[in-house]
Amino acid sequence: MNSGLVMYEEEFRQIAGICDRLTRDANAKVVFLVDKNGQLIASSGQAQNLDTTSLASLTAGNVAAMGGLAKLIGEKEFPNQFHEGERESLHMSIVAGRVVLVVIFDAKSSLGLVRLRVKKAGEELGRVFDVLAKRQAAPGAQSPFAEITDDDIDNLFSE
Amino acid sequence: MSFINYSSREINCKIVYYGPGLCGKTTNLQYVYAKTNPEAKGKMISLATETERTLFFDFLPLSLGEIRGFKTRFHLYTVPGQVFYDASRKLILKGVDGVVFVADSQLERMEANLESVENLRTNLAEQGYDLDRVPYVVQYNKRDLPSAVALEEQRAINPRNVPAFAAVAPTGVGVFDTLKAIAKQVLTELKRGG
Repeated sequence: MNSGLVMYEEEFRQIAGICDRLTRDANAKVVFLVDKNGQLIASSGQAQNLDTTSLASLTAGNVAAMGGLAKLIGEKEFPNQFHEGERESLHMSIVAGRVVLVVIFDAKSSLGLVRLRVKKAGEELGRVFDVLAKRQAAPGAQSPFAEITDDDIDNLFSE
Repeated sequence: MSFINYSSREINCKIVYYGPGLCGKTTNLQYVYAKTNPEAKGKMISLATETERTLFFDFLPLSLGEIRGFKTRFHLYTVPGQVFYDASRKLILKGVDGVVFVADSQLERMEANLESVENLRTNLAEQGYDLDRVPYVVQYNKRDLPSAVALEEQRAINPRNVPAFAAVAPTGVGVFDTLKAIAKQVLTELKRGG
Protein backbone atom coordinates (compact mmCIF):
# COMPACT_ATOMS: atom_id res chain seq x y z
CA MET A 1 0.00 0.00 0.00
CA ASN A 2 1.05 3.60 -0.44
CA SER A 3 2.61 5.04 2.67
CA GLY A 4 0.77 7.89 4.32
CA LEU A 5 1.88 11.38 5.13
CA VAL A 6 3.78 11.87 8.37
CA MET A 7 4.09 15.36 9.84
CA TYR A 8 6.80 16.14 12.37
CA GLU A 9 6.89 18.97 14.88
CA GLU A 10 9.67 20.92 13.19
CA GLU A 11 8.19 20.86 9.69
CA PHE A 12 4.74 21.59 11.08
CA ARG A 13 6.10 24.76 12.73
CA GLN A 14 7.65 25.85 9.44
CA ILE A 15 4.41 25.18 7.55
CA ALA A 16 2.32 27.03 10.12
CA GLY A 17 4.79 29.95 9.88
CA ILE A 18 4.49 30.09 6.09
CA CYS A 19 0.66 29.99 6.29
CA ASP A 20 0.62 32.77 8.92
CA ARG A 21 2.87 34.94 6.80
CA LEU A 22 0.78 34.31 3.70
CA THR A 23 -2.37 35.32 5.60
CA ARG A 24 -0.74 38.65 6.50
CA ASP A 25 1.02 39.31 3.18
CA ALA A 26 -2.04 38.51 1.08
CA ASN A 27 -4.50 40.31 3.38
CA ALA A 28 -6.37 37.04 3.48
CA LYS A 29 -9.13 36.04 5.87
CA VAL A 30 -8.12 32.41 6.10
CA VAL A 31 -5.38 30.25 4.71
CA PHE A 32 -5.40 26.52 4.97
CA LEU A 33 -3.39 23.64 3.71
CA VAL A 34 -5.01 20.35 2.82
CA ASP A 35 -3.63 17.00 1.81
CA LYS A 36 -4.98 15.93 -1.62
CA ASN A 37 -6.83 13.15 0.21
CA GLY A 38 -8.80 15.64 2.27
CA GLN A 39 -6.87 15.78 5.52
CA LEU A 40 -6.38 19.24 7.00
CA ILE A 41 -2.68 19.93 7.60
CA ALA A 42 -2.65 23.52 8.86
CA SER A 43 -4.84 26.58 9.01
CA SER A 44 -4.23 30.24 9.72
CA GLY A 45 -6.27 33.43 10.09
CA GLN A 46 -9.94 33.58 11.08
CA ALA A 47 -10.42 29.83 10.89
CA GLN A 48 -12.01 29.33 14.29
CA ASN A 49 -15.58 29.89 13.03
CA LEU A 50 -15.08 27.67 10.03
CA ASP A 51 -15.74 23.96 9.77
CA THR A 52 -12.20 23.27 8.56
CA THR A 53 -12.67 19.49 8.45
CA SER A 54 -15.53 19.84 5.97
CA LEU A 55 -13.62 22.52 4.07
CA ALA A 56 -10.65 20.19 3.75
CA SER A 57 -12.73 17.29 2.49
CA LEU A 58 -14.63 19.40 -0.05
CA THR A 59 -11.41 21.05 -1.23
CA ALA A 60 -9.92 17.64 -1.92
CA GLY A 61 -13.12 16.55 -3.68
CA ASN A 62 -13.08 19.66 -5.82
CA VAL A 63 -9.39 19.35 -6.72
CA ALA A 64 -9.88 15.67 -7.53
CA ALA A 65 -12.88 16.43 -9.75
CA MET A 66 -11.02 19.24 -11.55
CA GLY A 67 -8.01 16.93 -11.94
CA GLY A 68 -10.31 14.36 -13.54
CA LEU A 69 -11.66 17.04 -15.91
CA ALA A 70 -8.12 18.16 -16.74
CA LYS A 71 -7.14 14.64 -17.78
CA LEU A 72 -10.24 14.36 -19.98
CA ILE A 73 -9.07 17.34 -22.02
CA GLY A 74 -5.46 16.23 -22.09
CA GLU A 75 -4.07 18.41 -19.28
CA LYS A 76 -2.10 16.98 -16.35
CA GLU A 77 -4.05 19.00 -13.81
CA PHE A 78 -5.31 22.53 -13.14
CA PRO A 79 -2.73 23.73 -10.61
CA ASN A 80 -4.58 26.94 -9.78
CA GLN A 81 -8.29 27.58 -9.34
CA PHE A 82 -10.20 30.70 -8.44
CA HIS A 83 -13.82 30.89 -7.31
CA GLU A 84 -15.38 34.31 -6.99
CA GLY A 85 -18.19 34.91 -4.54
CA GLU A 86 -20.29 37.99 -3.82
CA ARG A 87 -18.26 38.89 -0.74
CA GLU A 88 -15.61 36.24 -0.37
CA SER A 89 -13.49 34.43 -2.87
CA LEU A 90 -11.44 31.33 -2.82
CA HIS A 91 -8.10 30.55 -4.42
CA MET A 92 -6.72 27.01 -4.52
CA SER A 93 -3.34 25.91 -5.74
CA ILE A 94 -1.61 22.56 -5.80
CA VAL A 95 1.75 22.53 -4.04
CA ALA A 96 4.46 19.90 -4.45
CA GLY A 97 1.98 17.71 -6.31
CA ARG A 98 0.32 16.48 -3.15
CA VAL A 99 -1.12 19.30 -1.03
CA VAL A 100 -3.56 22.11 -1.76
CA LEU A 101 -3.03 25.65 -0.51
CA VAL A 102 -6.36 27.43 -0.06
CA VAL A 103 -6.75 31.17 0.48
CA ILE A 104 -10.08 32.77 1.37
CA PHE A 105 -10.17 36.53 0.90
CA ASP A 106 -12.58 39.43 0.57
CA ALA A 107 -12.51 42.97 -0.86
CA LYS A 108 -9.57 43.88 1.39
CA SER A 109 -7.38 41.88 -0.94
CA SER A 110 -7.33 41.12 -4.65
CA LEU A 111 -6.80 38.15 -6.90
CA GLY A 112 -3.52 39.63 -8.19
CA LEU A 113 -2.07 40.03 -4.71
CA VAL A 114 -3.22 36.58 -3.63
CA ARG A 115 -1.72 34.98 -6.73
CA LEU A 116 1.60 36.74 -6.17
CA ARG A 117 1.85 35.76 -2.50
CA VAL A 118 0.61 32.21 -3.10
CA LYS A 119 3.37 31.66 -5.65
CA LYS A 120 6.09 32.52 -3.14
CA ALA A 121 4.47 30.62 -0.27
CA GLY A 122 3.96 27.64 -2.57
CA GLU A 123 7.67 27.50 -3.34
CA GLU A 124 8.55 27.65 0.34
CA LEU A 125 6.02 24.95 1.18
CA GLY A 126 7.33 22.81 -1.66
CA ARG A 127 10.78 22.84 -0.04
CA VAL A 128 9.37 21.79 3.34
CA PHE A 129 7.43 18.92 1.75
CA ASP A 130 10.57 17.79 -0.07
CA VAL A 131 12.34 17.56 3.29
CA LEU A 132 9.37 15.68 4.75
CA ALA A 133 9.34 13.20 1.88
CA LYS A 134 13.09 12.57 2.30
CA ARG A 135 12.70 12.17 6.03
CA GLN A 136 9.92 9.64 5.54
CA ALA A 137 11.86 7.71 2.92
CA ALA A 138 15.09 7.64 4.96
CA PRO A 139 16.25 4.17 5.99
CA GLY A 140 15.24 3.43 9.55
CA ALA A 141 12.14 5.64 9.31
CA GLN A 142 9.85 2.92 10.56
CA SER A 143 6.13 3.19 11.10
CA PRO A 144 5.55 5.48 14.07
CA PHE A 145 2.87 3.01 15.09
CA ALA A 146 5.10 -0.02 15.07
CA GLU A 147 5.17 -0.04 18.87
CA ILE A 148 1.40 -0.14 19.37
CA THR A 149 0.05 -3.54 20.33
CA ASP A 150 -3.04 -5.47 19.31
CA ASP A 151 -4.32 -4.79 22.83
CA ASP A 152 -4.04 -1.04 22.27
CA ILE A 153 -6.21 -1.41 19.19
CA ASP A 154 -8.69 -3.69 20.98
CA ASN A 155 -8.95 -1.24 23.87
CA LEU A 156 -10.08 1.47 21.49
CA PHE A 157 -13.17 -0.58 20.72
CA SER A 158 -14.02 -1.86 24.17
CA GLU A 159 -16.94 0.05 25.55
CA MET B 1 -3.49 7.13 2.79
CA SER B 2 -3.18 7.82 6.48
CA PHE B 3 -1.93 11.11 7.86
CA ILE B 4 0.03 11.01 11.10
CA ASN B 5 0.62 14.37 12.72
CA TYR B 6 3.17 14.38 15.54
CA SER B 7 2.54 18.03 16.16
CA SER B 8 -1.15 17.72 16.97
CA ARG B 9 -0.78 14.07 18.05
CA GLU B 10 -3.39 12.91 15.58
CA ILE B 11 -3.75 10.08 13.19
CA ASN B 12 -6.24 10.34 10.33
CA CYS B 13 -7.45 7.49 8.15
CA LYS B 14 -9.84 7.27 5.22
CA ILE B 15 -12.51 4.60 4.93
CA VAL B 16 -14.68 4.28 1.83
CA TYR B 17 -18.09 2.60 1.68
CA TYR B 18 -18.53 1.04 -1.76
CA GLY B 19 -21.39 -0.88 -3.34
CA PRO B 20 -24.13 -0.82 -5.98
CA GLY B 21 -26.75 1.91 -6.21
CA LEU B 22 -29.29 2.00 -3.36
CA CYS B 23 -27.47 -0.67 -1.31
CA GLY B 24 -27.43 1.55 1.79
CA LYS B 25 -24.00 3.20 1.91
CA THR B 26 -25.39 6.61 2.80
CA THR B 27 -27.78 5.00 5.29
CA ASN B 28 -24.80 3.44 7.07
CA LEU B 29 -23.20 6.85 7.50
CA GLN B 30 -26.48 8.44 8.54
CA TYR B 31 -26.93 5.84 11.26
CA VAL B 32 -23.35 6.29 12.52
CA TYR B 33 -23.89 10.05 12.53
CA ALA B 34 -27.19 9.79 14.42
CA LYS B 35 -25.78 7.51 17.10
CA THR B 36 -22.42 9.17 17.75
CA ASN B 37 -21.82 11.67 20.54
CA PRO B 38 -21.61 15.25 19.25
CA GLU B 39 -18.02 15.65 20.53
CA ALA B 40 -16.86 12.61 18.55
CA LYS B 41 -18.22 13.66 15.17
CA GLY B 42 -18.03 16.50 12.71
CA LYS B 43 -20.67 17.65 10.28
CA MET B 44 -21.93 15.10 7.80
CA ILE B 45 -21.74 16.33 4.23
CA SER B 46 -23.85 14.81 1.47
CA LEU B 47 -23.31 15.90 -2.10
CA ALA B 48 -26.55 14.52 -3.45
CA THR B 49 -29.02 15.10 -6.26
CA GLU B 50 -32.44 16.63 -5.66
CA THR B 51 -33.82 13.13 -5.33
CA GLU B 52 -31.28 12.35 -2.60
CA ARG B 53 -29.14 10.06 -4.69
CA THR B 54 -25.45 10.46 -3.95
CA LEU B 55 -23.92 12.63 -6.67
CA PHE B 56 -20.29 12.77 -5.57
CA PHE B 57 -19.84 11.55 -1.99
CA ASP B 58 -21.01 11.64 1.61
CA PHE B 59 -18.43 12.53 4.22
CA LEU B 60 -18.43 11.99 7.96
CA PRO B 61 -15.44 12.71 10.20
CA LEU B 62 -15.38 10.59 13.33
CA SER B 63 -13.09 10.40 16.39
CA LEU B 64 -12.64 6.98 17.89
CA GLY B 65 -10.52 7.77 20.93
CA GLU B 66 -6.81 7.72 21.70
CA ILE B 67 -4.05 5.20 21.14
CA ARG B 68 -0.87 5.94 23.08
CA GLY B 69 -1.66 9.63 23.21
CA PHE B 70 -2.62 9.88 19.53
CA LYS B 71 -6.19 10.89 18.70
CA THR B 72 -7.54 8.52 16.06
CA ARG B 73 -9.76 10.14 13.45
CA PHE B 74 -11.55 8.32 10.71
CA HIS B 75 -12.93 10.03 7.64
CA LEU B 76 -15.83 7.98 6.31
CA TYR B 77 -16.76 8.45 2.66
CA THR B 78 -19.37 6.86 0.43
CA VAL B 79 -19.18 6.65 -3.33
CA PRO B 80 -22.12 7.23 -5.69
CA GLY B 81 -23.38 3.75 -6.49
CA GLN B 82 -25.03 4.37 -9.83
CA VAL B 83 -23.09 2.82 -12.69
CA PHE B 84 -22.60 6.02 -14.70
CA TYR B 85 -20.81 7.83 -11.86
CA ASP B 86 -17.69 5.72 -12.29
CA ALA B 87 -15.34 8.68 -12.80
CA SER B 88 -16.39 10.07 -9.40
CA ARG B 89 -15.98 6.69 -7.70
CA LYS B 90 -12.37 6.48 -8.88
CA LEU B 91 -11.58 9.88 -7.38
CA ILE B 92 -13.00 9.00 -3.99
CA LEU B 93 -10.84 5.88 -3.74
CA LYS B 94 -7.71 8.03 -3.86
CA GLY B 95 -5.76 7.67 -0.64
CA VAL B 96 -8.12 5.09 0.84
CA ASP B 97 -6.97 3.14 3.91
CA GLY B 98 -9.85 0.68 4.13
CA VAL B 99 -12.93 -0.34 2.15
CA VAL B 100 -16.38 -1.50 3.28
CA PHE B 101 -18.34 -3.24 0.56
CA VAL B 102 -22.07 -2.87 1.21
CA ALA B 103 -23.97 -5.59 -0.62
CA ASP B 104 -27.71 -5.49 -1.26
CA SER B 105 -29.08 -8.84 -0.09
CA GLN B 106 -32.09 -8.85 -2.42
CA LEU B 107 -32.07 -11.60 -5.02
CA GLU B 108 -32.61 -9.16 -7.86
CA ARG B 109 -29.48 -7.21 -6.88
CA MET B 110 -27.03 -10.11 -6.84
CA GLU B 111 -25.69 -9.30 -10.27
CA ALA B 112 -25.35 -5.62 -9.38
CA ASN B 113 -23.34 -6.62 -6.30
CA LEU B 114 -20.94 -8.73 -8.32
CA GLU B 115 -20.53 -6.01 -10.93
CA SER B 116 -19.80 -3.49 -8.21
CA VAL B 117 -17.13 -5.71 -6.59
CA GLU B 118 -15.44 -6.08 -9.96
CA ASN B 119 -15.69 -2.33 -10.47
CA LEU B 120 -14.11 -1.83 -7.03
CA ARG B 121 -11.25 -4.16 -7.93
CA THR B 122 -10.60 -2.33 -11.21
CA ASN B 123 -10.80 1.13 -9.71
CA LEU B 124 -8.56 0.22 -6.78
CA ALA B 125 -6.01 -1.24 -9.18
CA GLU B 126 -5.98 2.06 -11.09
CA GLN B 127 -4.94 3.76 -7.84
CA GLY B 128 -2.26 1.17 -7.20
CA TYR B 129 -4.18 -0.88 -4.66
CA ASP B 130 -4.95 -4.58 -4.68
CA LEU B 131 -8.40 -5.56 -3.38
CA ASP B 132 -6.85 -8.76 -2.05
CA ARG B 133 -4.47 -6.83 0.19
CA VAL B 134 -6.26 -3.67 1.23
CA PRO B 135 -8.14 -3.65 4.61
CA TYR B 136 -11.58 -4.79 3.55
CA VAL B 137 -14.86 -5.92 5.11
CA VAL B 138 -18.19 -6.89 3.57
CA GLN B 139 -21.64 -6.00 4.84
CA TYR B 140 -24.75 -7.89 3.70
CA ASN B 141 -27.34 -5.19 4.05
CA LYS B 142 -31.15 -5.30 3.83
CA ARG B 143 -31.35 -8.62 5.65
CA ASP B 144 -34.89 -7.72 6.76
CA LEU B 145 -36.36 -7.68 3.25
CA PRO B 146 -38.47 -10.65 2.12
CA SER B 147 -36.44 -11.14 -1.07
CA ALA B 148 -33.12 -11.33 0.80
CA VAL B 149 -31.20 -14.41 -0.28
CA ALA B 150 -29.52 -16.72 2.23
CA LEU B 151 -26.11 -15.53 3.43
CA GLU B 152 -24.43 -18.62 1.97
CA GLU B 153 -25.73 -17.66 -1.45
CA GLN B 154 -23.87 -14.35 -1.26
CA ARG B 155 -20.45 -15.97 -0.85
CA ALA B 156 -19.47 -15.09 -4.41
CA ILE B 157 -19.22 -11.47 -3.29
CA ASN B 158 -16.61 -12.39 -0.72
CA PRO B 159 -14.22 -14.96 -2.20
CA ARG B 160 -11.41 -13.72 0.04
CA ASN B 161 -13.57 -14.54 3.05
CA VAL B 162 -12.93 -11.23 4.82
CA PRO B 163 -14.99 -10.38 7.93
CA ALA B 164 -18.62 -10.06 6.87
CA PHE B 165 -21.64 -8.71 8.73
CA ALA B 166 -25.38 -9.08 8.24
CA ALA B 167 -27.02 -5.68 8.49
CA VAL B 168 -30.20 -3.66 8.43
CA ALA B 169 -28.71 -0.20 8.09
CA PRO B 170 -31.81 1.97 8.84
CA THR B 171 -32.19 0.34 12.26
CA GLY B 172 -28.46 0.04 12.84
CA VAL B 173 -28.16 -3.74 12.86
CA GLY B 174 -24.56 -4.54 11.95
CA VAL B 175 -23.60 -0.93 11.22
CA PHE B 176 -21.17 -0.38 14.09
CA ASP B 177 -19.86 -3.97 13.90
CA THR B 178 -18.89 -3.26 10.31
CA LEU B 179 -17.27 0.06 11.18
CA LYS B 180 -15.32 -1.38 14.09
CA ALA B 181 -14.06 -4.27 11.99
CA ILE B 182 -12.72 -2.03 9.23
CA ALA B 183 -11.25 0.53 11.66
CA LYS B 184 -9.44 -2.27 13.45
CA GLN B 185 -8.02 -3.64 10.21
CA VAL B 186 -6.85 -0.19 9.15
CA LEU B 187 -5.05 0.40 12.46
CA THR B 188 -3.49 -3.07 12.35
CA GLU B 189 -2.23 -2.35 8.82
CA LEU B 190 -0.81 0.97 10.03
CA LYS B 191 0.96 -0.80 12.87
CA ARG B 192 2.55 -3.10 10.32
CA GLY B 193 3.79 0.00 8.53
CA GLY B 194 1.40 -0.10 5.60
